[in-house]
Amino acid sequence: MTMLSTGGQARVVPWGALGPWLALLATCIFFATQSDRFLTGENLSLVLQQVMVVGVLAIGQTLIILTAGIDLSCGMVMSLAGIVMTKFAVDYGFDPYVAIACGLGMATLFGLINGLLITKVKLPSFIVTLGTLNIAFAITQIYSESQTVRDLPAEMTALGNTFSIGSTEVGYGTIVMIVLYVLAWYMLRDSSPGRHVYAVGNNPEAARLTGISVDRVLLGVYALAGLFYGIAALLSVARTGVGDPQAGQTENLDAITAVVLGGTSLFGGRGILLGSLVGAVIVGVFRNGLTLMGVASVYQTLITGVLVILAVAADQMSRKGAR
Amino acid sequence: MKFKPSALVAALVFTATSSMAAQTVVGLITKTETNPFFVKMKEGAQAEAKKLGIKLLTASGKQDGDTAAQITALENMAAAGAKTILITASGDAIIPTVKKVQAKGVQVIALDSPFEGADALFATDNYKAGELIGQYAKAAMGGKPAKIAMLDLFPGHPVGAQRHNGFMVGYGLKANDAKSNELSTAPEIVCAADSFGDQAKGQTAMENCLQKNPDINVVYTINEPAAAGAFNALQKAKKTGVTIVSVDGGCQGIKDTAKGVIAATSQQYPLKMASMGVQAGAEYAKSGKKATGYVDTGVTLIANKAIKGVDSKDTKVGADLCWGKK
Repeated sequence: MTMLSTGGQARVVPWGALGPWLALLATCIFFATQSDRFLTGENLSLVLQQVMVVGVLAIGQTLIILTAGIDLSCGMVMSLAGIVMTKFAVDYGFDPYVAIACGLGMATLFGLINGLLITKVKLPSFIVTLGTLNIAFAITQIYSESQTVRDLPAEMTALGNTFSIGSTEVGYGTIVMIVLYVLAWYMLRDSSPGRHVYAVGNNPEAARLTGISVDRVLLGVYALAGLFYGIAALLSVARTGVGDPQAGQTENLDAITAVVLGGTSLFGGRGILLGSLVGAVIVGVFRNGLTLMGVASVYQTLITGVLVILAVAADQMSRKGAR
Repeated sequence: MKFKPSALVAALVFTATSSMAAQTVVGLITKTETNPFFVKMKEGAQAEAKKLGIKLLTASGKQDGDTAAQITALENMAAAGAKTILITASGDAIIPTVKKVQAKGVQVIALDSPFEGADALFATDNYKAGELIGQYAKAAMGGKPAKIAMLDLFPGHPVGAQRHNGFMVGYGLKANDAKSNELSTAPEIVCAADSFGDQAKGQTAMENCLQKNPDINVVYTINEPAAAGAFNALQKAKKTGVTIVSVDGGCQGIKDTAKGVIAATSQQYPLKMASMGVQAGAEYAKSGKKATGYVDTGVTLIANKAIKGVDSKDTKVGADLCWGKK
């Protein structure tokens, strides 16, 4: 049982918190019986490397969904940030770290613009990010001429390298993802801005009456989410070794899928960040496990769809139960 | 004076048709605007149109699979007086609209991607493209037993099936013929996974295949981005001596072939598809004769190293004819 601190009120969320872990456990047991290669450290480390990009995107997405918003632009903002950092380094000869900072800055700027349109112009997040989704996609294609950026400096791909723990190769990027999860989880749980995020998602009017600046919380959340997309871009660049204008197209919705599978409520105010990591891992485990079994990837898509509906249905039922 | 809308419409139609009669109009609809393959195609169409004094209209979808935008473009171009429309179909959803514009006397030619009901098809023989790299991989293995990974496109795409099955036949394995839309399999194929023709997904697919069978020594890839992803996965797993073959012939792919990342690739020619299409448009305007059937726009095996018994060209030849940033 996990106690969730939601802006002052504590609530017990048993199923929402445990569901994703149980689903992951069941999936792993199933694949372990199907392939003797599945439960090796090497294979599991690989799955984590494969989900790190979606995993980090899902941190930003979780923050936004906790405020009862949604961000449809995350994958495209990531794609743009990846192109910006690689092009700045390769085409303009920027110092790699400066180029990375420019990419992170670009993603944060996009997040900030989303936040400003939502708070100042009072547009719904769905519409705003639908707009920025298209804008970021178009800028990425125009700026990159739809060509991958190659021959990256080593500093840029360092996070794609691995180190050994025993016989298992662990990716640096995986570590970055886990550290980011722990930091963001701690912030959400134990800091006052973190608790304000839950409060705004639960009931913005009530949050305002208790003296929380709802606009400032939302602006911060969207900008911070942008920064996480920028970091996801760096991980994607490091993993593939190129700046790829086609990146992010499926990750866009995969990130939302991970958050939903992780038990965060689309109605805002409820959810545990670590669940999103579990959600991302579940999708990765299916992809890996089905390939090991020799099953076509379209079944992974099918199963993901079923799981999403189950997760949302479970959330709905627990909401009704709570009333 | 009474306002007569019908007269106004008639006047408009008259001016429109009379100005059209002066110049032949040909439309080109691609899958996307920015993909280098289609940029090259547009280049070919523009050059040929300029040469023949033809007015060229162009349009594209937002991404591969965006048939709605292509349907709109078909309607708009037919309305704008195009008598020939060249299209790289993003999917079969365009077929009913193609029939509609054909009924108005428009010639519709499929470039690169086949679909039912096109007047003609100017495209790469994708089955042959697969066969060429299959033969090369077989020769490169020199009789060693093969453990093959197939990094396919996605389920149900005819081009994906033709390259896949063609590769198998080229390798000397039994597979479906060029008409089949199903991916064949054989004991030598130890893993098959979808790459979506994308580098990151190709890498993930290859990583998972190596988990399934670490002894993979031949990798077929649907295109060069997938091949680059496969190479990345092999490098991270510290595997060497694996033969990767691919299809496309884009400049980045040719560079990868020169570096030995890809052992050999089947190069196709989008520029030729488009210029032949514009010529067919000019012919139709002049004589009223439509293009028919399938025209092979050619495919060349570009190899890092020539192997005895397999006809191939070196990467310099490939670089001259490639598309994208050289």
